[in-house]
Amino acid sequence: MGRQLLLEKIKVEGIRGYETYRREGGYRSVEKALKTMTPDQVTDEVKKSGLRGRGGAGFPTGMKWSFLAKPEGVPRYLVCNADESEPGTFKDRYLMEFLPHLLIEGLIVSSYALGCKRTYIYIRGEYAWIPEILETAIAEAKAAGWLGQNILGTGFELEIYVQVGAGAYICGEETALLESLEGKRGNPRIKPPFPAIKGLWDCPTVVNNVETLAAVVPILNFGGEEYAKIGIGKSTGTKLLSACGNINKPGVYEIDMTISVEEFIFSDEYCGGIANGKRLKACIPGGSSVPILPANLLLKTAKGETRLMNYESLSDGGFAKGSMMGSGGFIVLDEDQCVVRHTLTLARFYRHESCGQCSPCREGTGWMEKILRNIENGKGKSSDIDLLWDIQRKIEGNTICPLGDAAAWPVAAAIRHFRDEFEWHVNNPVECLTRNYGLAHYADPLTPVTA
Amino acid sequence: MAEEKKLFKVTIDNITIEVEPGTSILMAARRIGGEVAPPAMCYYTKLKGSGGKCRTCLVEVTAGSTADPRPMPKLVASCRTNVMDGMVVRNITSEKVIDARNGVVEFLLINHPLDCPICDQAGECSLQDLSYEHGKEGTRYEFQRRTFEKHDLGPYIQLHMTRCILCYRCVYVADQLTERREHGVLDRGDHSEIATYIKKALDHDFIGNIIDVCPVGALTDRTFRFKNRVWFLKPVEAHRECNHPKCCGKVTLWYRGEEVFRVTARKDEWGEVVDWICNECRFEKKKTSDWMIEGPTRVDRHSVISQGHYVGVVRPQEVVYDVMGGRKPKLLMDIHSVSEVNEPSIDLSKIEGPAHSTDFEPKKLTN
Amino acid sequence: MIKFTDEKLKKVQEIVARYPEGRQKSALLPVLHLAQDEFGGWLSPETMDYVAGLLKLEPIEVYEVATFYSMYNLKPVGRFVFEVCQTGPCMLRGSDQIVDYIKQRLGIGVGETTPDGLFSLKTVECLGACGYAPMMQLGKYYREHLTKEKVDSIIDECRQNAALNN
Ligand SMILES: Cc1cc2nc3c(=O)[nH]c(=O)nc-3n(C[C@H](O)[C@H](O)[C@H](O)COP(=O)(O)O)c2cc1C
Ligand code: SF4
Ligand code: FES
Ligand code: FES
Repeated sequence: MGRQLLLEKIKVEGIRGYETYRREGGYRSVEKALKTMTPDQVTDEVKKSGLRGRGGAGFPTGMKWSFLAKPEGVPRYLVCNADESEPGTFKDRYLMEFLPHLLIEGLIVSSYALGCKRTYIYIRGEYAWIPEILETAIAEAKAAGWLGQNILGTGFELEIYVQVGAGAYICGEETALLESLEGKRGNPRIKPPFPAIKGLWDCPTVVNNVETLAAVVPILNFGGEEYAKIGIGKSTGTKLLSACGNINKPGVYEIDMTISVEEFIFSDEYCGGIANGKRLKACIPGGSSVPILPANLLLKTAKGETRLMNYESLSDGGFAKGSMMGSGGFIVLDEDQCVVRHTLTLARFYRHESCGQCSPCREGTGWMEKILRNIENGKGKSSDIDLLWDIQRKIEGNTICPLGDAAAWPVAAAIRHFRDEFEWHVNNPVECLTRNYGLAHYADPLTPVTA
Repeated sequence: MAEEKKLFKVTIDNITIEVEPGTSILMAARRIGGEVAPPAMCYYTKLKGSGGKCRTCLVEVTAGSTADPRPMPKLVASCRTNVMDGMVVRNITSEKVIDARNGVVEFLLINHPLDCPICDQAGECSLQDLSYEHGKEGTRYEFQRRTFEKHDLGPYIQLHMTRCILCYRCVYVADQLTERREHGVLDRGDHSEIATYIKKALDHDFIGNIIDVCPVGALTDRTFRFKNRVWFLKPVEAHRECNHPKCCGKVTLWYRGEEVFRVTARKDEWGEVVDWICNECRFEKKKTSDWMIEGPTRVDRHSVISQGHYVGVVRPQEVVYDVMGGRKPKLLMDIHSVSEVNEPSIDLSKIEGPAHSTDFEPKKLTN
Repeated sequence: MIKFTDEKLKKVQEIVARYPEGRQKSALLPVLHLAQDEFGGWLSPETMDYVAGLLKLEPIEVYEVATFYSMYNLKPVGRFVFEVCQTGPCMLRGSDQIVDYIKQRLGIGVGETTPDGLFSLKTVECLGACGYAPMMQLGKYYREHLTKEKVDSIIDECRQNAALNN
């Protein structure tokens, strides 16, 4: 069993309630921070921990905090990004639903470090039952003196509010989130200025993912250096992964980032192998935006080394031969799945979620979807594959926000690694309607390992 | 003397100039002028917050500044990126830029109706100019184009949403020039549209300016008498004592013979309005006697309008779309052909009746 | 004229109080949710104008927002809306078959409502329940690990619920 820092207590009965959470050691980090540390010391601990943002980009959290502008007399804000809408990702929901106090605790410590008096949790609207859970936890924490005025007699004051979205993946992008929080359409802002200088209501703002902020709790409890000892290289600490697709045990797992991809998929402690005794075909290891990899490149890097479940190893080989840790949404495809169809659903997703501000994304995502639909339905031409490639290439890097890239990458990777499957669709327009291409040569048959 | 301000040196396409700190790459490039200035479909100097959206003005920054000479990893929107001292920028000298810009133009055109032959804006359309320079012949888009019903936004303005490129300029105009914004961008993604939601007339004193800022023919002047081709019209500068405190009263009158066909604000060499005018000046004052005439507008050499020495025929028999009657507007090729009007060798007076795109096909001219 | 109950108006006040002075526009998304729940499950122009008045916004600001977010219904919907996720991870676990089955059971297509006004079927994009696929949202809650049998029992449950609360 790997080390658990976040989910260790999640199975404790009643842990959702304040009494149990506190009895199990909850809110110690707030006591420690407020009573024995300055805000800068808290930031230093986070820096030492090597914690990287868990929302997808993997930016070092301590560094992000230290960029926050601190002009006199201007309020600063911390906003927790609980928009979680990247296909394949459902870890933040799990954490908020079952361990709401862990997030609240992390928010208090982080707000203290950043000097914020008002902090918002922006949660996707579809998670309609979770705001109540969070608000109950906030009320409990407030009743126990962890929120409000003069917390623990230190003079520090803080209120936490829950803000619900209303259905828009793009509001996970931090500046779109801020627009939405201001009651506007979720159009990403043109940067610079960055939120650290001009964010919510033009005030300096930090946006962090739910898991990032929760991880601040163990960092304070154990100390940044101890935290940094877990994991490998720049992948420190533990990471939540949400595993889904054709595996035996879909769900949310906490790993320390030393295990191999193979172990993660096949061991009974985690995904438990491919469902229905099938073989592994491909996997998107970090949420729908990151490149899909065929089985052989997933389990071993291009250099032939075992691929590990961490930031560096997953991206080993660059986009040509690697992928990314992303948001930790681990999507597994078995031998019976059709990569074209899967890519089509993702293209449809990004078309649906484009805010429509900038032309390459607004027009390009719809175009890619239409071509993919044709190919999937046996109406594609072989020139369509090159056209798709050219369209994604012209979107990537040319848009206002990374949604454009996120839409381009899955298409690019699918063509890069599964071009034969696309061609098969084009060349077998009738057959492709009744059966799938299957496994072909790129997936090595694997003997499952056991834990 | 005031103390000397430090200026920033910036090099764009190998030409170095000095500009005030806070100048955008686009504005610096416009100072150099000519082809070095990137095309801008959404940015508008006079509209706060505009720019960044269309991505036609993307440029490559090969050195960020003297202090940090690293190149920028991605192309940047020149309209919303400020120059730094020692910055080196490549616009038309960068293959990456040209490639990306061709892509952007293609994206802007895939859902555009390409109905230039019947569009009021033809001849003064930024998208037409852009596609002339960057568009490929034919289209790779084989799907049904997105369409919207055209409709009137009150007595003055017609909205032809199908042509819109979502530059947001008209939204900023309503926000910044009128006391109440009543139209905006509705829906999202590729369904986004400029609309009022519940069909309403737009009638605020300054709302007519949305026609002038529209880079394409999506917002047009309903009082423009007879649909016409701008190159048949002669622009004349004029002014009047306008009672509206915010209106400058300085306009361009567009004549056909003795008649004023339409009134617009004056535009600078980048096609931007010099000063806003009120609805009354624009829509209600269509008599020469309403105005003090200053003289003919100096028109940019590249402009289609400058070719309008239309001497052969005084009054067209029919308007252009009648001539087109029943015929479907052609695709991209027509944009090229229409833009061939720029070809100085064509003398409009030699063409009988109103000209249309096919008149400018090279084969006809050589015959 | 529509109007929130006093209790709901108090809730609106509470929401507005979460933001600094003069930032009441931030309350727009939450208040639109309230309004949609209160006034028939959708946002009519009248409802949106009412919300605009409450928050001192221009109506167009409300329309812009209401049309942007997918959770706001701009047309009336059935009493029970089946919002079935169809994105990749759900597709891998058979969401297409679930959509087909619901279509067949209810005799309606995607985006339609049954003649009795009871059910609407919508397909939606990833709802963050990919590990519990196939799934759908029904009202406030998720229904996960869907099978044909489960769909049957959900339909029965809705019918009973409707009969009870008529
Ligand atoms: C299109 C798009 C969607 C995103 N969605 C999310 C999301 O749902 N949750 C999240 O935490 N970050 C999301 N992000 C990343 C955020 O912009 C931001 O980087 C993150 O919240 C920063 O937090 P972190 O540093 O703690 O990871 C998204 C980014 C993009 C471009
Ligand atoms: S890339 Fe897409 S989502 Fe991002 S700003 Fe542009 S249109 Fe909007
Ligand atoms: S003019 Fe710069 S992005 Fe449109
Ligand atoms: S794909 Fe259906 S919930 Fe994520």
